Amino acid sequence: MNSIHTPKPLPSSRMVALHRPLLLVLAGLSLALSAGCHKKTSGIDPSSLGPSANTAPAPTASLTADPVAIDLGQTVVLNWRTTNTTVVTIDGIGQVNANGTQSVSPSNSTNFHLVAKGDGGAVEANVRVTVRVPERAPASTGTVLSSGDQSLVGDQAFKAAVQDVFFDYDSDDLRPDGQQAVVQAAAFLVQHPNIRVLIGGYADERGSAEYNLALGENRANAAKTGLINAGVAPGRIRLISYGKEKQFCTEADETCYQENRRAQFTIDK
Amino acid sequence: MPHTRLLRKLLPGLLLLIGFTHSQAQDTIPLELSGRATNGTRIAVANFKPGAAAPAPLRQVFDTTLYNDLTNAGIFDLVSKSLAPQVTPGSPAEINLPQWSASPVLASMVAFGSLNVSGNRLAVNGYLDDVKNTQFPQVLAKQYNEDASVESAREIAHRFADEIIFRLGGTPGIAETKIYYVHGGGGTKEIWAMDYDGANQHQITHLNTISLSPRVSPDNSRVAFTSLGANGFKIRMFSLLLGRMVSFPEGAGTNESAAWTPNGRQIAYSAAPNGDSDIFIADTSGSAAHRVTSFKGPDMSPVFNPRTGSQIAWISGRTGLPQLYIMESDGSNVQRLTDSGYATSPSWSPNGQFLAFAWNRKYGPGAPGGQDIYVMEIASKRWIQLTHDLGPCDFPSWSPDGRHLVFANSPNGRFGDSKIWTMLADGTERKALTGNGSDMPNWSWK
Repeated sequence: MNSIHTPKPLPSSRMVALHRPLLLVLAGLSLALSAGCHKKTSGIDPSSLGPSANTAPAPTASLTADPVAIDLGQTVVLNWRTTNTTVVTIDGIGQVNANGTQSVSPSNSTNFHLVAKGDGGAVEANVRVTVRVPERAPASTGTVLSSGDQSLVGDQAFKAAVQDVFFDYDSDDLRPDGQQAVVQAAAFLVQHPNIRVLIGGYADERGSAEYNLALGENRANAAKTGLINAGVAPGRIRLISYGKEKQFCTEADETCYQENRRAQFTIDK
Repeated sequence: MPHTRLLRKLLPGLLLLIGFTHSQAQDTIPLELSGRATNGTRIAVANFKPGAAAPAPLRQVFDTTLYNDLTNAGIFDLVSKSLAPQVTPGSPAEINLPQWSASPVLASMVAFGSLNVSGNRLAVNGYLDDVKNTQFPQVLAKQYNEDASVESAREIAHRFADEIIFRLGGTPGIAETKIYYVHGGGGTKEIWAMDYDGANQHQITHLNTISLSPRVSPDNSRVAFTSLGANGFKIRMFSLLLGRMVSFPEGAGTNESAAWTPNGRQIAYSAAPNGDSDIFIADTSGSAAHRVTSFKGPDMSPVFNPRTGSQIAWISGRTGLPQLYIMESDGSNVQRLTDSGYATSPSWSPNGQFLAFAWNRKYGPGAPGGQDIYVMEIASKRWIQLTHDLGPCDFPSWSPDGRHLVFANSPNGRFGDSKIWTMLADGTERKALTGNGSDMPNWSWK
């Protein structure tokens, strides 16, 4: 799993506002260069673009994969951005949100094909994921991840694939490492659709018990939002904030504080 | 422009900070805040005359409790027991008033009476005489009759003390009030109760989980609290009349920190149905819930203005670190009261004038400063600091007479070393009520 790259965090809304003219241009360019300029267009909020002279503007779409080449059993994050669309579908996945990410673990090299339809027409985007299949596939992680036998997935496999999300002091913002953990967790959950997940929100021991209970809820919710954006159905996710009532460790130092400022995934049995 | 406005708000606080001594700072806050009356009525308390069958432990509990209640009231100049005449007048016929007005006693009032046990009943006659009114000295005469037990002796002493305090002080005493709190260890926390003076500590809930934030109803019939169940922390209700849990519906998400309206008909609480907490108000059966705040960031720890019932003070993290706010109970007219730091756990004074809260004015990793108890006058936003250098203090709660505060303090900030303390509302006369593992006190309304 170590070849998964962290998707770049979305630019803040302030940056979007500052670069709106530039992004407008880039959005137009993306019509022609659908897959090529995804990184620059990612983060466009369609509603920030303002009204267009055309009553039915042409849709735009981009689709990327990160990484574009994997070994069998590893996971790829698909990331797509569309504008002016009403229906977006990806072959093999089905209808999806206008913008989103999803982790997939194809068993062969695959062309992912996105079709975005809007009032102004339809547009396509493609990305190819190369899967390096060894001559004799190891029966270890690849089997677990691609197997359809979810009922046998134990806590151990879950824990190996799904890591805690850690937060900064007094913050519920997902850091880059938290984004990665969420994407990784989502990949596992997409692979194992029968698993329901419980996200526990935790805080370090400093500050008020009542405030930390609310902050823990925000942290768990940040992880939940990340999972949903990565394609996990909301109905599979349950939140419980434990605030500072269940300390993972008790040393009064930053290492321990950091251990406690987390959202933790467990199988919701 | 915003800067000058902010400065104007800050200025009184800064002035308090800059070199004003504690007593000078008090002068800038109205008198109600000073817990101790400097020239209170001088009152003597005679040991009550025991009947032949009155057991010694019962007598000692009664005499000690009565004396301590009058001391704790903070409005009397009590004659120390060593100065008082070593006599036990059991009735008005047996008291020699000049003995109590003469030097060195110099009492203006004297409380005395008798205590008898016959069968299983404890009978107490209590009197209060105005020493200087030799013609009609009697101010109070009270009779009590209860099951003979140490608990009854203590309760009767509280009731008689409250009569004296009400008669001489003009406001109801607090000797019969209770403090609800969290006590635990070994991974569980239960709701406990004790008398206002720390006596009679006893467990209320037996849920074997983590229960927090007890808030007793204004009529002492129920305790609302926050408890961890299979679906997270939710508001739960314990009936003090029935002695058991009563049902209360579970809201979505974390539900915590309930607060009663002064008429006891509604509760405000924090709920996070969509992952972000806001203040809600529901009736006390949990129905008719409606949202009062809607802003990203944690909102919790509401408390109603006990005088009007129409305003709420609460804590919000909408701008980052938690700050103290007030609003109308319909969510309008939001005002932020603290300008910096980390503020938590408001308690609204019974007269509606002040908020007590915990505040770390220089909060942050590695920053100096501690979390202490503060009182702010709402109209002027001026504040004074009541605790100093004790380690983190939290959860102040006003006594119903507005003269006392109870709070939790832990030298290292941890629950296991946290005790509950009481003090007068000016920060003096601080003393511990509990041992370790006690937190989140809530003083009853009456």
